[in-house]
Amino acid sequence: MARAAVLGRLTWRVVTVGAVVQESERAVTLTLESEERITHRPGQHVDVRLTAEDGYQAERSYSIASAPDDPSVSLTVERIPDGEVSPWLTTVAEPGDQFEVRGPVGGYFVWDDSDPAPVLLVAGGSGVVPLMSMIRHRRRRDLHTRMRLLYSARGEPDLLYRTELDELAGDGFDAVYTLTREAPPEWEGYRRRIDAPMLAEVRPAERGKGTVFVCGPTPFVEATANSLVLLGHEPARVKTERFGPSGGGS
Amino acid sequence: MSLDGNVLAGALADIFSFEITAAQVTCAGCGTQAPAASWVVFAEAPGMVARCRTCERVQLRLVSDGRGRTWVDLSGVARLEVGETR
Amino acid sequence: MSSARGVVTRGFRGKRAGAEHSRIPPGQYLVSDFPVLSAGPTPYLRPDGWDFRLVGTDGGQLARWGWTDFRALPHETVTCDIHCVTKWSKLDMRWEGVSLDVLLEGVLPEAAYAVAFSEGDYTTNLPVADITDGQAWIATGYDGHDLEPEHGGPARLLVPHLYFWKSAKWIRGLRFVERDEPGFWERLGYNNYGDPWREQRYWGD
Repeated sequence: MARAAVLGRLTWRVVTVGAVVQESERAVTLTLESEERITHRPGQHVDVRLTAEDGYQAERSYSIASAPDDPSVSLTVERIPDGEVSPWLTTVAEPGDQFEVRGPVGGYFVWDDSDPAPVLLVAGGSGVVPLMSMIRHRRRRDLHTRMRLLYSARGEPDLLYRTELDELAGDGFDAVYTLTREAPPEWEGYRRRIDAPMLAEVRPAERGKGTVFVCGPTPFVEATANSLVLLGHEPARVKTERFGPSGGGS
Repeated sequence: MSLDGNVLAGALADIFSFEITAAQVTCAGCGTQAPAASWVVFAEAPGMVARCRTCERVQLRLVSDGRGRTWVDLSGVARLEVGETR
Repeated sequence: MSSARGVVTRGFRGKRAGAEHSRIPPGQYLVSDFPVLSAGPTPYLRPDGWDFRLVGTDGGQLARWGWTDFRALPHETVTCDIHCVTKWSKLDMRWEGVSLDVLLEGVLPEAAYAVAFSEGDYTTNLPVADITDGQAWIATGYDGHDLEPEHGGPARLLVPHLYFWKSAKWIRGLRFVERDEPGFWERLGYNNYGDPWREQRYWGD
C-alpha cells in the first residue's frame, strides 16, 4: 500500500567540516560549512548523523559552541572512550569531510537575551559548550546582563576556552573555576566538586533571583540542580541539560 | 544512564510543528506539570522512552524505523501547553 | 522525513568489530561489547524480594518460585547468538539459566500466547510455541557470573531466536492468554513476532 511519507519540518542537511581545532586533549571544535546558513539561538544543539559505506548509521546530539552572529556554526565535541560517534568527530574528521545535521533544536535550554535578570551558568566538563554560545552571544551583541560562569573540570588541562574566557572577563561577565581531581600548586580557584556552599558564594544575584543554566553529565546536573533549589532558586528558573553516552554527546 | 527531554528535540521536531522541550506537559499519572525538557529520557534508538521525573510513568514513547515511519505514543501526557510562559 | 541513507562520511565505521558473518542476520553488525538498552531506570532487586510466577488465562496463579526455590531448579548452560533490533549482534554468548520447559512442566495451560511481565511496566508477548521445546530460558548468569542489574539481573527471559527485546529483562513472570496481547514495544511499531532472519523489526516487515 503506497503511503506518502510525512514531510518533516526539519530535514537532515549535509555539512562540510571547515576547520578543526584541538581545544584540549580530548576535545575538538569543528566549524561547519553548509549551503544554507544555519541560524541558532544560544544554547541550542544539533543532531549529528554519520553514515558508513555499508549504510550503517549512528546519531548523537551536540551543542553549538558558536555565537548566533558568527559566520559559521561550530560544535565542540569531547571524545568519549568507546563512543560511537565522538571518536570519529574528534580523531578522524578533517576539513572537507561531510556528515549530516538536523536542527538547530531546543526551545528550553536557550538564553533569552531580552531578559535582564542576572545569569549563572554552571558547567560540568563538556557541559560548558552550550553555555559558551551564550557567553559569546552576549559579547557579540555587546549586552551588559550580569553573567557568571562556574566551571567544573577534573584538571586544569581539561578546561576549554580558557584564554577566551579570561579575555571576556569584565563588563559584567566573569568566570569562576573549580577543579575536582588535581590542581596545579599555584591554583587560586576552588578545589572540589560543586556544592551548595560554593553555589551560594558564587551566584551573581540575590538569593533566588536570576536564571541558572546547568549543563554536564547527568549526575552532575542532578546534584547541582538539587543544591540550587535548596538554596532557594525557583525550579522554573533553573534550566538543565544532561549530557551522556548515547543521545547526547558520545 | 538517562538523559533529559532536550535530547528529543530533534526527533520530535520532525513530527510536531512546535518546539516540544519548552512545552509544559502534565503527567497523566501524578499530575505534575513541567517542561518536557525535564523528562527522564532513555534514548536508545529505535525506541525512545520519556518518563515523568516525579513518578517515572511513561509520558512519551517514540519508535522510528529509519525508513520514513515514526510512531508516537503520548498517552502518558494528560495535557500539553505550548506558547510563551508568563 | 529522514532519508533512509545519508551522505557517506569518510572513515566512519562506528564501534563495530570484524567482518560480516553468515551467522549474522540481515542488517545486523557484530559488536564486541555488550550494549545496555533500557526503557526505564535499572531496578535493583534483592533476592528475597524476587519471585517468578506463572499466571493462567483466568488470572489464577499456576506456579510460583522464590529465589531459593528457583536456584534449586536444574540450571543449564546455553551457548547462543543474540540479535538486538538496534542492529548489534553478539555471537557465542554463554548464558546460564533454567529452561522454560522445566518451569512449565505439568502446568502449561492450553493457551496459544504468553505475555512476559517484568519489574516496572515492561511487557513483551510471545507465542507459546516459541518458548517451549528448548527455545527459551530464564537466565540468571552469563559468561560464568551472575547477571548484573543493568543487563536484566537477577533474572531475564532469554529467547535467542527472536530479536532481543523479546528477552525481557528483570522478568517476574509469564501470563498466559488466549488472544495475543502486544507488549510495551509491540504496541508502538515494533514487529509483533520479531524474527531476525526475516528482519521483522517493525510493523509490516
